[in-house]
Amino acid sequence: MNKLQHYVKSFILFELFRGLFLTGKYFFSRKFTVQYPEEKTPQSNRFRGMHALRRYANGEERCIACKLCEAVCPALAITIEAEPRADGTRRTTRYDIDLFKCVYCGFCEESCPVDAIVETRIYEYHFEKRGENIMTKDKLLAVGDKYEKQIAADRAKDARYR
Amino acid sequence: METLTSIWDGMPVVMQISLKITAIAVPIMLTVAYLTLAERKVIGYIQVRIGPNRVGPRGLLQPIADGLKLVMKEIIIPTRSNRFLFLLAPLLALAPSLAAWAVIPFDDGMILADIDAGLLYILALSSMGVYGIIIAGWASNSKYAFLGALRSAAQMVAYEIAMGFALVCVLMAAGSLNLGDVVRSQEGSLIHWFWLPLLPMFLVFFISGLAETNRAPFDVAEGESEIVAGFHVEYSGMTFALFFLAEYANMILVSALTVLMFMGGWLSPFQGTFLEDYFTWVPGIFWLLAKMAVFLFLFLWFRATFPRYRYDQIMRLGWKVFIPLTIFWILVEGVMILGHLPPWFD
Repeated sequence: MNKLQHYVKSFILFELFRGLFLTGKYFFSRKFTVQYPEEKTPQSNRFRGMHALRRYANGEERCIACKLCEAVCPALAITIEAEPRADGTRRTTRYDIDLFKCVYCGFCEESCPVDAIVETRIYEYHFEKRGENIMTKDKLLAVGDKYEKQIAADRAKDARYR
Repeated sequence: METLTSIWDGMPVVMQISLKITAIAVPIMLTVAYLTLAERKVIGYIQVRIGPNRVGPRGLLQPIADGLKLVMKEIIIPTRSNRFLFLLAPLLALAPSLAAWAVIPFDDGMILADIDAGLLYILALSSMGVYGIIIAGWASNSKYAFLGALRSAAQMVAYEIAMGFALVCVLMAAGSLNLGDVVRSQEGSLIHWFWLPLLPMFLVFFISGLAETNRAPFDVAEGESEIVAGFHVEYSGMTFALFFLAEYANMILVSALTVLMFMGGWLSPFQGTFLEDYFTWVPGIFWLLAKMAVFLFLFLWFRATFPRYRYDQIMRLGWKVFIPLTIFWILVEGVMILGHLPPWFD
């Protein structure tokens, strides 16, 4: 009996019509396409994009060259050199992130005791020459200065979960 | 109008025929171009995306951009390949799919060559198409191309027979090999069309048509996930474009044939109903093209729906299902004809 049922089913192409019906339904459904440069998908405030170094409100850089980020970085993308400054505080003389090595895991941000290194929402960037992939201290600080408002707002939103 | 007809009559016959050929071939090429866009759009829609929409308004210039790209590209001829055959193969693939249009009636009497052996001519040309693919696969001197050619040869042989038997059924029902007469014998109403008395043959013919054109789900000759691109891996630029044209021209041809032989060709679907009088002003060619569009849509819909058949499944379907089924139906149809079964054979 089962075999007969199977034969009848195959000869009237039952499963095939069911498949066609299913895809036919999708033909009319609302499309998911996001037309990228004009439309963008919503972003989380925890988005991990390009890095930035932050400053305190008085303009003093936060980073104290503790090198925790350098130690925790799984991709060994961070290179830090430090020296005492004239006023006796410890500051970096060099803070490089190689974006080719970086895996955007966010550990540097997690490990930072002074919230200096952060990952921003910036994800649309490119390099045209060799060496542009190295984010130097100046570049990182510049990014931080430019997007401080957004960065601070995102951290504040996430603060209660930390 | 008067002057136009006198100019037409004054022309040498060769010129008249070339003009007619142009009037058929140019629209076919345009249809092929826009069928590629339609395919990408339809498949996109079924996959819940919107498909190409950047080139021109709503992506309407996309086929032109694609064509330009292919024309500008370099034609690479693989080392140690057979240069002559390598370049001949795309032409061999395209030529039959265009030549077959000579016997396709677009309307009552609107036909390039009204020959009595039309059906035979179609059958002969559709089996020619496989040579293009086999020669392409062999001349490329590449393993993948060769595998593709082998697969397509086996597949074509299997489905050619089923298709031929399906055509025999049509021939028995119509009592003529002339495609115009085949359509005329379906006159009456929607249920007089041959799809109903020859229902299994209608499906067999269309499915064999899918297999003959190497379209999904029978596209093992290409099988991009198994053998890269099958017979045309080594082809680039314009030579590749010719294969592409051939595939789509074949799709259009198969849908035209299905419409002519099973769906009443240029006949109005309202024939025999009370709506008939309201639609007499619609030219027959419109009905033909509309029905073809439905079948072309089916081609795309199938591609978006069904996964590729495994090679042995294709062989099983061809040899162990279609061929016995068609032979059986020839018998059934013979009985129907002998018994003068109304409304088709009375």
